Amino acid sequence: MTMKVGNRQIDGVTIVDCSGRITLGEGSVILRDTVRDLLSKGNKKIVLNLAEVNYIDSSGIGELVSAFTTTKNQGGELKLLNLTKKVNDLLQITKLYTVFDVKDDEAAAVKSFK
Amino acid sequence: MAMTEQRVSYTLDSSLETIDSAEEKATRVATELGFGDDEIMQISMAVREGAVNAVLHGNNYAPDKKITLAFELIGSELTITIRDQGKGMDLSRIPNPLAPENLLKTSGRGIFLMRSFMDVVEIRPSSTGTELKLIKHVHGSAGGGKEASQ
Repeated sequence: MTMKVGNRQIDGVTIVDCSGRITLGEGSVILRDTVRDLLSKGNKKIVLNLAEVNYIDSSGIGELVSAFTTTKNQGGELKLLNLTKKVNDLLQITKLYTVFDVKDDEAAAVKSFK
Repeated sequence: MAMTEQRVSYTLDSSLETIDSAEEKATRVATELGFGDDEIMQISMAVREGAVNAVLHGNNYAPDKKITLAFELIGSELTITIRDQGKGMDLSRIPNPLAPENLLKTSGRGIFLMRSFMDVVEIRPSSTGTELKLIKHVHGSAGGGKEASQ
């Protein structure tokens, strides 16, 4: 149930493989710390791979928004990859689907960075 | 909750564990009532959001304040009530999270999600706490209505 993350680098883009739940508490904190750590090390092209994220609550949605804006404010870009149906539906009803750059193909996501 | 019972209630601490516990209880009750997978997710998420509001914004994690969570089957309606012992929610301060100026805010979506997922959401603030009532019609998705039949 706990959220886990692992990072990979492809052509200068950091893929963050997330799994589990992004909810109030540990899940949100792990995501926040991961993105802040990447940005502090100069990794500003970030893809959050949410293929294995099976649950997200309003706090988790807020954390995704925070990660997006924090990255953007530091001159970077953060994109979402492989949304599950549940996460996709949540981003649709909260109108955030249009805010995030959402990809369903990893290679295309990597190529999409300038 | 054995569904031969008509009502069950819990008194819970103002802690993060309560939020997970409330969600788990909601999932169990919704499953026992025969809701479909999507509705079970909706009910459990609505209860989770209600519990978050009660623990964080209502009781502010105060160890001496409790949350009460009740599930009640009345006719063809599952009614879930969550009460906190806070100062009472100010309904005028709830923003519309879909407004363009609020889209990038990192909070303020909990009540919106509850209203999206449940047939009826009633919030009754008072000086001794806030009472949240969530209603879902049993087999609600087949009915398609958004208002509770009284």
